[in-house]
Amino acid sequence: MFIFRYDKTFEGLLTAVFDAYSMKKFPDMLLAEEEPPPLFYDEIYTVVTDEERSNRVWNGLQKKLSASGLASLSTCWLSELPGIDMFLFRYMRKAVNAPRSIELNFGDPDVLEISKVWKKVNNERLRVMQFLRFQKAADGTYFAALKPLYNVISLVLPYLQDRFADQKWLLYDLKREYGYYYDLSTITEVHFEQKEGHLHTGFLDESIMDQDEKLFQKLWQTYFKAITIKERSNPKLHRQNLPARFWKYLPEKRG
Amino acid sequence: MDESVLNKLKILAESAKYDVSCASSGTSRSHKKGQIGSAEGWGICHSFAEDGRCISLLKIMLTNSCIYDCAYCINRRSNDLPRATFSVTELVNLVIEFYRRNYIEGLFLSSGVVRNPDYTMERLVKVVKDLRQVYRFNGYIHLKSIPGASQELVNEAGLYADRMSVNIEIPNEQSLQLLAPEKDFQSVFTPMRHIQQGILQSAEDRKKYRHAPRFVPAGQSTQMIVGATSDSDKDILHLTSALYKRPSMKRVYYSGFVPVNGYDNRLPALKQPPLVRENRLYQADWLLRFYSFKVDEIVDDSYPDLDLEIDPKLAWALRHPEAFPVDINRADYEMLLRVPGLGVKSAKMILTARRYSRLGTSHLKQIGVVLKKAQYFITCHELPTRTVNELKPENVRRILTQRKATKIDDSQLIIPFVY
Repeated sequence: MFIFRYDKTFEGLLTAVFDAYSMKKFPDMLLAEEEPPPLFYDEIYTVVTDEERSNRVWNGLQKKLSASGLASLSTCWLSELPGIDMFLFRYMRKAVNAPRSIELNFGDPDVLEISKVWKKVNNERLRVMQFLRFQKAADGTYFAALKPLYNVISLVLPYLQDRFADQKWLLYDLKREYGYYYDLSTITEVHFEQKEGHLHTGFLDESIMDQDEKLFQKLWQTYFKAITIKERSNPKLHRQNLPARFWKYLPEKRG
Repeated sequence: MDESVLNKLKILAESAKYDVSCASSGTSRSHKKGQIGSAEGWGICHSFAEDGRCISLLKIMLTNSCIYDCAYCINRRSNDLPRATFSVTELVNLVIEFYRRNYIEGLFLSSGVVRNPDYTMERLVKVVKDLRQVYRFNGYIHLKSIPGASQELVNEAGLYADRMSVNIEIPNEQSLQLLAPEKDFQSVFTPMRHIQQGILQSAEDRKKYRHAPRFVPAGQSTQMIVGATSDSDKDILHLTSALYKRPSMKRVYYSGFVPVNGYDNRLPALKQPPLVRENRLYQADWLLRFYSFKVDEIVDDSYPDLDLEIDPKLAWALRHPEAFPVDINRADYEMLLRVPGLGVKSAKMILTARRYSRLGTSHLKQIGVVLKKAQYFITCHELPTRTVNELKPENVRRILTQRKATKIDDSQLIIPFVY
């Protein structure tokens, strides 16, 4: 068994593809740098992430895949699923080798898997767009926090920037402990050294909340209750459309 | 903004909740400097009520006082219920603050009729005009057109709203006369025609002048109540299909009748709303819009009502076994769509996948085609031929409608209970 070690970054994966082609030896397994190797193996090769090489692979892929095909690669990477790197590796290899585009060849298990993972991640992106809720802070910044299944908050930024262009906002991923801040002109990625309460719980403390924030949450809760037709109550469908893992961060479900 | 708004919001949302439409799709507008918000072309549902319906827009009435006395409506004038009216600033403030918190995509504004249709329509137009021009709101607006409103007002409203709707409510004029003596079809179809004229006119103008204003860019919709009168599904679907032939009609909604005014003996006493029938009507509606079915194929004189046990496509297929089996590897898209259990996605998936290899059952399962119903209507590379023609339609129907029997545990001793 031939093993590649790399630093678990997307650029690292692309460099691994480059190295594999230049050595003409393809890995059976991809490991992180600190992961212990399996009991039996033939050889381990350590990939040194290199921007130039990864760019060459990416540019090469551009000739083989459409824009949406390329986007699906980076989207799948954000799923952070164990073993997704091997699927991506094989997908890229097949894309490079095939004389014509493999994107729609769903008979191929790797292509099918990538398309399934893409769907999962994309659905999560849509859910974040649907269910993120801003709370207004006293300084006028709108704060939203949630714990998405996959690392999708970067994919939501185009939507947020377009829609909420005239307000400052901070979108925070509580699970991965980073976020994006928009200051009316640019979006910056933010990490916090010292975390205040709301970066743990996802809820602004009343002392730093805008004075009307509580009222609007209450109004929204009232509306949410009033709009339900009791005779048609359908808890199963409700749960299916609005997954319970989001309830914690939705004002209407906390009321 | 205080407790009184809270109370009004509660009253007016409860009055508006029987309106089905909550779509926010059909218009794409990106952010413009100095304005608030944008509109996504495919619509976003920001929440779901406990009845499972999506909440995309702030669905609200400007006022729930009404001069009409329609039997099916909760806001009829003879009902003794709290009445409220929003002021323009209250409503606008509510919309914008909700919008900024990502609670909603926009506003769905409707109103009870006060004084006369034109007066009411004027007030609605004032709200959306202020929202667009004074508060620079760029999100989605769905505006109800009041039956009987004049063309000038509809024409003005159309410049600010993304979608407009006039509800037919009752699919048959005699029944409408019975339940809502103050309304007639004329008052419903006239504003509908005004909206359509506006849309066509604007489309024409925009061909000549790129910056000509857009008029109701997301088209119009309407709604019919199901189960309040004795009208058959044939009446409803024929009207639906006629409406879809009009260029601007995007959606017809069906609303299972909820007996809100139990005391009125012109209405049937239902234990619960006809949800299955409503669902079947939506399925038939989808067949009309996306599956290129003709309305006569779904309902006709011998089958005036949809089968509640099975979906309309399966019902059609069982009536027409001669059209099957369909060869998955050869059939064209239209025919694939006619196979019960295959939807638009599956059919497209099959089309792309069969370019690479011949498809068998295992392939179909892999790409996510559900074969529960489809297996009786298709042949593919290696499928055993137990199709609808060998099994006979009535048997296929029996197999597909059978409820799963509860498993009997053989290891348990069963003592028959004898009297």
